[in-house]
Amino acid sequence: MSLLKIRNLTVEFATATGQFRALKGVNYDVEAGEVLAIVGESGSGKSVAMLATMGLLPDSATVKADVMEFDGRDLTKLTSKERRQVIGKDISMIFQEPIASLNPCFTVGFQIGEVLRTHLDMDRKQARQRAIELFEAVGIPDPEKRLSSFPHQMSGGQCQRVMIAMAIACQPKLLIADEPTTALDVTIQKQILDLLMDIQQKSDMALIMITHDMGVVAETADRVVVQYNGEQMEEAGVLELFEAPSHPYTKALLSALPEHATGDRLPTVSDFAQENGSGFSKSDEANAS
Amino acid sequence: MSETKDPVLSVRGITRDYVSKAGLFGKTETVRALKGIDFDLHAGETLALVGESGCGKSTLARILTLIDAQTSGQLTIGGQDIDIAHQTVTEEMRRTVQIVFQNPYGSLNPRQKVGAVLEEPLVINHSEMSAGERRDRAMEMLLKVGLQPEHFGRYPHMFSGGQRQRIAIGRALMLNPKILVLDEPVSALDLSIQAQILNLLKDLQDEFNLSYLFISHDLSVVRYLADRVMVMYFGEIVENGSRDEVFDNPQHEYTKTLLSATPHTGLDSIRARMAARKKAS
Repeated sequence: MSLLKIRNLTVEFATATGQFRALKGVNYDVEAGEVLAIVGESGSGKSVAMLATMGLLPDSATVKADVMEFDGRDLTKLTSKERRQVIGKDISMIFQEPIASLNPCFTVGFQIGEVLRTHLDMDRKQARQRAIELFEAVGIPDPEKRLSSFPHQMSGGQCQRVMIAMAIACQPKLLIADEPTTALDVTIQKQILDLLMDIQQKSDMALIMITHDMGVVAETADRVVVQYNGEQMEEAGVLELFEAPSHPYTKALLSALPEHATGDRLPTVSDFAQENGSGFSKSDEANAS
Repeated sequence: MSETKDPVLSVRGITRDYVSKAGLFGKTETVRALKGIDFDLHAGETLALVGESGCGKSTLARILTLIDAQTSGQLTIGGQDIDIAHQTVTEEMRRTVQIVFQNPYGSLNPRQKVGAVLEEPLVINHSEMSAGERRDRAMEMLLKVGLQPEHFGRYPHMFSGGQRQRIAIGRALMLNPKILVLDEPVSALDLSIQAQILNLLKDLQDEFNLSYLFISHDLSVVRYLADRVMVMYFGEIVENGSRDEVFDNPQHEYTKTLLSATPHTGLDSIRARMAARKKAS
């Protein structure tokens, strides 16, 4: 049985101009110990899907799903109190902007301690000890001293390590990483990806990697879901996807990679849409209102 | 590109210090952001500048576009020595080098219509020009960067990121500059939009014989677009060569690190990763 099972998930937002459908019936299956990449451009609904799973969407959103199960529990039927026990403990999430996701008013040591005290009922001393271990695990040098640092005293890469330490503090069964390296330099990106993959492999947790970067997909994923405009275009193993993409949108995405450029010009997604005459027509002109 | 011709832009031994003061009575501290930069930019070529955040890429861009003065060193644009700390900047000087910024959401005034955005450089630099002519020129540029005539009277918030970057590029080209400094122009854009903007930049370069200084941290984009590549590390140029030299035979340790850190999307590297993963588990 899969760890996370979602069937026909739709999300609608109430906007000034009426209902806006951000997700139009998507399915996900994540097995324990697996790395699933959800790839798509902005507006494809990749983040919304995971926020809906975590129950983090604002009140203006209507979430509907036929099935939404995590580890045998029905996520749609949880009370908010029960949900809080699952989120942050069994499912945790890291976000794109590491510096913005940490509270600037408290030391990172306090913030990681908060997680441990809330979910694992540790006392201050135990929490401190465990926090030091976690900082060591994510490769923060001089962890004892670093616990009393504020987020602004650390670099973006260091803050993302703190976020990862917080996310894995309770040994979650599923970690959702929403564009974890987009704000970071290439060399730091490599370190963070290596760290995530290392933790994933050692603890056998499932990892959902939300990204728009095909490079990150190629370096991390076992399986890939390609999304466009709230719909699922294709699902495939990572090698299959890069070797023989079946959906025209995936083909377009891959050929738009500068490193796959053959001629003088890069093919764009709209070239493919015209060629195929298919339903997707995302040129940047299309979304002007 | 012939190397024998005079460069359109030449930089010799440029340094830039930032002075910070620790508290009211604290000692002043000097940070040298640029430690003596030398390079030439020739007509019609694309020179890429690569480096991590904080290495001084944007400081250099600010000096080349005459926003900041250099602390020492020689900046020659179109054969003219320029040091804005010791001379007044004329409109003439500013016309030659224009800049496109990374974030198209932040670089356009939300209260200005697109037409006004494009006309503004003309209002400042060619005050003698009639309103009708300004309008015609702005409209011409709008079409050239791939937008439609009906976009003329719209506000920036009505456009997508890719379209806004087109507007920003159009604005930079209004004064017929010879050099365009592109400070991470595609890193805030989606992949498919990125491809469109890169194609546009190539077309415009051919049409106007522009020289690009293309600042980026994305090596795959650099490899696609650049003729020459400079790698900057802690305020110094550590590598400067043709694209193929730098990518195929990197000399400096940092360049090697950078190349090995770039994700590979080739099938072989995915296969190798999967095999290693299977072995480990």
